[in-house]
Parts: sequence; structure tokens; C-alpha cells
Amino acid sequence: MSATSFFSRLDQIFVLLRNWLVGFLPPTMRPAAGVVLAVMAIVCVFPGLFALTTVFERKGLGRMQNRLGPNRVGPFGFFQPVADGIKSLTKEDIVPISADGLVHFLAPLVLVVTVFMGFAVLPMGRNMVLVDMDAGVLFFFAMGAATEISVFMAGWSSRNKYSLLGAMRAIAQMISYEVVLLLSTVSVVMIAGSLSLPKIIDAQNQYSWGLPHWYIFTPWGLGAFIMYAIAATAETNRSPFDLPEGESELVAGYHTEYSGFKFALFFLGEYLAMFSISGMGTTLFLGGWSAPLAALNWIPSWIWFFGKVMMSIFVFIWMRGTLPRLRQDQLMNFAWKFVLPFTLLNLLVTALWRFLGEGWQRWVLCTLILAAAYVLMGRAGLYRKHIGPRSYRYAE
Amino acid sequence: MRRELRTWNLTEGPLLGEGIIRGLAETAKNFAGSFVSAERLTTVEYPEQRIPTAENARVFPFLVYDGSNWEAGMRCVACQICEKECPPKCIYIEKSKDKKPDYVGKAQFYPTRFDIDISVCMSCQICVEVCPFEAIKMDTQFELATDDRFGGLLLDRRELAKSNEYYHSIHPTEASEVDARLADEKAKVEARAKAAADAAAAKPAVPAATAHVPEKPAEGGD
Amino acid sequence: MNVVFYLLAALTIAGGLAAMLLKHLIHAALAVTVAFAGLALLFLQLDAQFAGFAQILVYIGAVAILIVFAILLTHGAELPRGGVFSGTWFVGLAIAAGVFAVLGWAVLQSVHALPQQTAAPAVTVHDIGNALVGSYVLPLEIVALLLTAATIGAVIVAMHEKAGQK
Repeated sequence: MSATSFFSRLDQIFVLLRNWLVGFLPPTMRPAAGVVLAVMAIVCVFPGLFALTTVFERKGLGRMQNRLGPNRVGPFGFFQPVADGIKSLTKEDIVPISADGLVHFLAPLVLVVTVFMGFAVLPMGRNMVLVDMDAGVLFFFAMGAATEISVFMAGWSSRNKYSLLGAMRAIAQMISYEVVLLLSTVSVVMIAGSLSLPKIIDAQNQYSWGLPHWYIFTPWGLGAFIMYAIAATAETNRSPFDLPEGESELVAGYHTEYSGFKFALFFLGEYLAMFSISGMGTTLFLGGWSAPLAALNWIPSWIWFFGKVMMSIFVFIWMRGTLPRLRQDQLMNFAWKFVLPFTLLNLLVTALWRFLGEGWQRWVLCTLILAAAYVLMGRAGLYRKHIGPRSYRYAE
Repeated sequence: MRRELRTWNLTEGPLLGEGIIRGLAETAKNFAGSFVSAERLTTVEYPEQRIPTAENARVFPFLVYDGSNWEAGMRCVACQICEKECPPKCIYIEKSKDKKPDYVGKAQFYPTRFDIDISVCMSCQICVEVCPFEAIKMDTQFELATDDRFGGLLLDRRELAKSNEYYHSIHPTEASEVDARLADEKAKVEARAKAAADAAAAKPAVPAATAHVPEKPAEGGD
Repeated sequence: MNVVFYLLAALTIAGGLAAMLLKHLIHAALAVTVAFAGLALLFLQLDAQFAGFAQILVYIGAVAILIVFAILLTHGAELPRGGVFSGTWFVGLAIAAGVFAVLGWAVLQSVHALPQQTAAPAVTVHDIGNALVGSYVLPLEIVALLLTAATIGAVIVAMHEKAGQK
């Protein structure tokens, strides 16, 4: 077996495994069985990654804060999620007496179900997408929008002021940043010409002089990526946008009244949302499963995909360890007064890019426009106190 | 309030996101440095690693005894000054009825009961400061957790008595000073006794019946 | 195929009925969300991917949220004193029956108008996009104008409220 065929088989190993397993069944059941196997794989892999991420996050945050993370359970503390899982499973499930029983029960379920659905369109490797939908991007964001309902259900059914406040803030934040998320995605869709994720990757999977055509390496792509990253952090209620669940602000926001396994489900839902939105970000801007250099194509595509997703998760953790929490009005001001105008401008620049045609002119022009806009809008916002550090007024 | 923008406001001033980038650089330095340098990872993994305590650390008091017999060599003479001076009143002393000789040979009372409740003691060291006999000093042991909630933290004189060598090992400079002072005292007392003995020997043929027999220190009590 | 349609139709109708009959307003809002989801699934069952996902994104992700926010911010969640059925329910029933009759007639007429096809034509997003900026560009622009007017109106109403408070 030559090296290239070995690596290409390694690349397709999961597809081959599934085909082999499904081959044991009669031909009529094969497609359905294939889908079931793929779904099972997703349901096993991503919660496993979630467990690993909780340890990495705690240890990473610890190292950033000059301390060790958990290091008692298992080698270097890597069995900590097992301990956490046992803890959340054995804790008493407390439901407040005045809480709305059915809605309280359904909220974490709705969250986890909608977040898992988002994974159905992510291409995790060559030929490794669960459903190649024509409108994949739209489906993904539809599922993201449906998670807001579960946040509201959780906050309202707990009959708790803090939960309700947290839920309303969370929903306001999610709606505001969802617009940004969608607009930055529209730039990519405009250039790629399709809403289907495998086609977007195919558009980026080309190489010039060994360098890839990833959209992040274009001026409009970089701007859109940064706005997408900010919006993704806000969508998943992650620091510094985690006011709705900040412990020092709102006890635990909309999941205050949840204990035991339901809380673990909320936690799982949040981290899975992080994975899925990072997966979408890598697919849209970082080329999905394609390698950064043409020479590195022998490394399996799923390794690249998961590597890029874990890099994004590391950046999430890094931001959490660095930035203080944003207040609600600062968050909203930032969204509507800086991020959204910049994203709209980015959309215009993308259109300009498309219509200028190939050549060095479009690079220079688009970069200049975006850089100038960033600097000017940033300074204007800082000066007018729409965004930026708070000003203090002391009583005289 | 709306502030009017001038062109110079737009051309100078901080860039949006500058502070964030600097913060990210700092945490990245922390993250990377924590694997290589101790300055960036200040955790001490207690109880596998311990930082040695400083010399003048103090936790709870203990009673010093000289020699090898803790009962006979205990310096405490049950003067009860520490019991009276202790702010939370955690010391309980019962005086003996008889006397035993101290380090200079003088007969002193001794405590038949000396209890310190270390759940009450606040480590103020006042008992150490007021003791005229250098009998009570501060220990440095802090791993005293016990599961006996009724008497586990009430130390009696047997548990409190620790040797002078132990005192030297935990507070070497202090112990040397104390020993030097006690040796001086002893030397002075012996010199006075010797002078008195010489003076008594110098007086010829004084009838022994009327003379005060000076209390000769017996060379014992050590 | 038919079984799926009947199940989804039952889900949608159940959602609608629950929205009408439930006492608690928030429960009714959530039941309406279930009805929206049923509609989206019906679109998907007809292979109208774009319409189905847009239904989820817009109706469940935005309209339902709007409804619950409106309920929350206007103290509508308290149980009404006089019960949920109004006194003039038969007038409402008559109007609803009239609307249903008109819609049913329109649907049945269009069934005769369309040619009998065994399979629905596969409409890709590409085709929808082409149609929107090709033959349907005027309705698109009018809708955009309407949305802009609505946004500006909302901003003005909010600003006037702030000015009124001062």
C-alpha cells in the first residue's frame, strides 16, 4: 500500500467504517442505518469532547491565573469530568414548588435537542457531513435561534426574579448578536455562491502558491471573522458576554433553579453550542477540513477540522481568562453601535470585492476601507462613550 | 451627552481593542510561563510540598522542660501570671501543695494541672511575654486537626511539655538567648551563694546554734 | 408519506387548539410555538427547505420571542379574571368560518389549476434567489421598504417615549 493511498484511507476511515458496518444489513435498511450510526457517532464524540474541554478549560484558566487547575483526580486531573459527572448525576433534583413543572422539565431538553441538531450540517471531514442540505447555513442558524426559546422557558418557569432577569437579558443579547452572526455569514455566502456547507469548503479548498484560499485571509473575510467571533462569544453566553449567567451578578441567571442532571444538561448545551458555532466558524472562514498548506494534505481532514475547532475553543478559554465581564448596556451598545455597522460595511466591501474582479487592486482598496472604518468607528465610539472603558463621576 | 467629534479626535487616541490585545498577551505569557518558571506558577501543592515556616512563626504555646524528665525539669512554677493575662482566658492552672527545686536549686511550686484550650487560644503570645521564668513559649505546629470535638483541642501539661532541645530546633536564636540568660542568672546566684559561703567561712568560730543556716542549693533538680 | 403528513397536521392543529384553550398566556404562547414548529415541519415534508428553515428562524426564533417578551413586559401573564372565553364567541366563530371557507375555496381552486405531477419540482435556494432578484424584485423591494418603515417607526416610538418621560 503506497503512502498516499494509506493516508487517503485514513482520511476516509470513518466513512469506510460506517460502510463496512452497514454492509451487514439488507440493502433496504442501509441508508437509515448509516444515518443512525453517524448520529450515534456525533452523540458520543461531542459530549466526550465536552468532558475533555471542561478539564482543559479549568486547567488552562488556572495556568493563566498563575495556579494549577484540578490535578487530583486521575493523571494530571484528567478524570475530573468523571467526578463532575457523578456529582451531577447523584445530586438531588430540586424543582421549586411554584415552578411550572412541565416547562421547567422541557427547557433543558429543548436546548440540548436544538443544539445537537446544529451538528447535522457540519462537515467534519471529507465526505463526512451528516446531511448535505441545500440550505445548510440557514438550517444551522434556525437551530441556533430555537435555543432562545429554551432559555426563555428556563428563566420563566423557575418563578424566580433572578432567573427571569437573566433569561430576558440572555435573549436580548442573543437576538442582538444573532443579526451580526447572520450578516457576517452572508458575506461568505455571497462569495461562495451557495448556502450548502460542503460547497463553501470546496470554494476554499484551493491553493495558490501553496497558500489556501481561506476566507479569513481576505480583508473582508478577516473583518467578518472577527465580527463572527465576537457574535459567537455573545451567542453562547461566554465571557466576556456572560452576564446572564454570571455568578456574581445573577446567581446563575436562567439556570439558577436547576440542580443535578438538568444543570449538567444546560452546561452540556452551552459547551455543545460553543463547539457547533466554532465548527461553523471554521467551515465558513477557516476552510473547514482543508489543510493550511497544500503540502500538508496527507494529514486526515477530520484531524484538521477538530484541530481548528479546538483552537477556537482555546481562544474562547483564553478570552475568558483575560477579559472582565461586560455590563448589559455595554454589551448592547457594543452590538448595535459598533459591531453591526461594521458588519454592514463589511458586507458592502465584500460586494465591492466581488465586483472589482481579480487583481491586486481589490486587495488594497478593501483593506484600506476596512482598516480606516475600524479605526474611525472605533475612535468615534470611544470618544462618544458609546463603547469603551467606563467613565467615573465622583460626588463632589 | 453628545460630544462633537473633531478630526483630531479621530486621528489620535487609543485604538479599539488595544487593551484587549495587551491583556491577551499578558495571559498568554502567564500560560506559557507557568510551565517553565516558578514565578508564573505560584502554587505550592500542599501537603506534598510544604514551605518551611519562618523562625518567628507562632501558633500555640507549649511548656519548656530542661533535661530528660518532663515533670521534674519543667520550668513552670505555677505563678499563674499567664493565666491572669491571657485575653480569652484559655489557660487553666492548678498549683501544687509541695515544692520542687528549679534550675538554680530554689524550691518552687509546680503546676499539677496546666490546660490550654487551643480552640480558644488566639496566639497573641501575651503569656510568653509575661512569663518571668521562660517557661512557656510559642510552638510552630499547625497541623492539629482532630476529630475528637470534646477534648481533642484541650491540651494538658503532658501534651504541652516539650524539651528544651525541641525549643532549640524550632526557634534557635530565641532559645540560645533564653539559655544564655538563664545561665547568667544561675551564675549570678551561684556567685552570690559562693560569696556568702566564703563570708560565712571567713567568720571564725561563730556558734552554729544561733547562726542562720543559709539555704544551700542542692545540686539537683536537673 | 401520508402518515407523516397526518402526524404533522395533528401536531400543528393540537398546537393551535392548545394556544386557544389554555388559560395561562405563556403556555398559550409556547403552544403557538409548537404550532409554528409543526408548520415548519410541514414545509420540510414538502421539500421546501428554504421555507421550512426560514419559518423556524423567523417565527420560532423571533416572532415567538417577541410574543413572550410582549406578554412579560405588559403584565399579561397574570390569569384573567373573567376567564379566557369572551362573551361574543359566536361572532368570532362565524368570522373564522368565513375566512376558512375563502381559504379552502382558494386552495381547492388551485389544485385544479396545477398540472398533475407525481413529484414536486425540486426548488433549490439558487432558484429562489434568482426568482427574488429576477421576476419578484418589485415585491422584494416593497417588503424591504415596509421593514425599513417599521424599524424607523419603532425607533421613533421609542424615542418619543423617552422624550415624554423627560
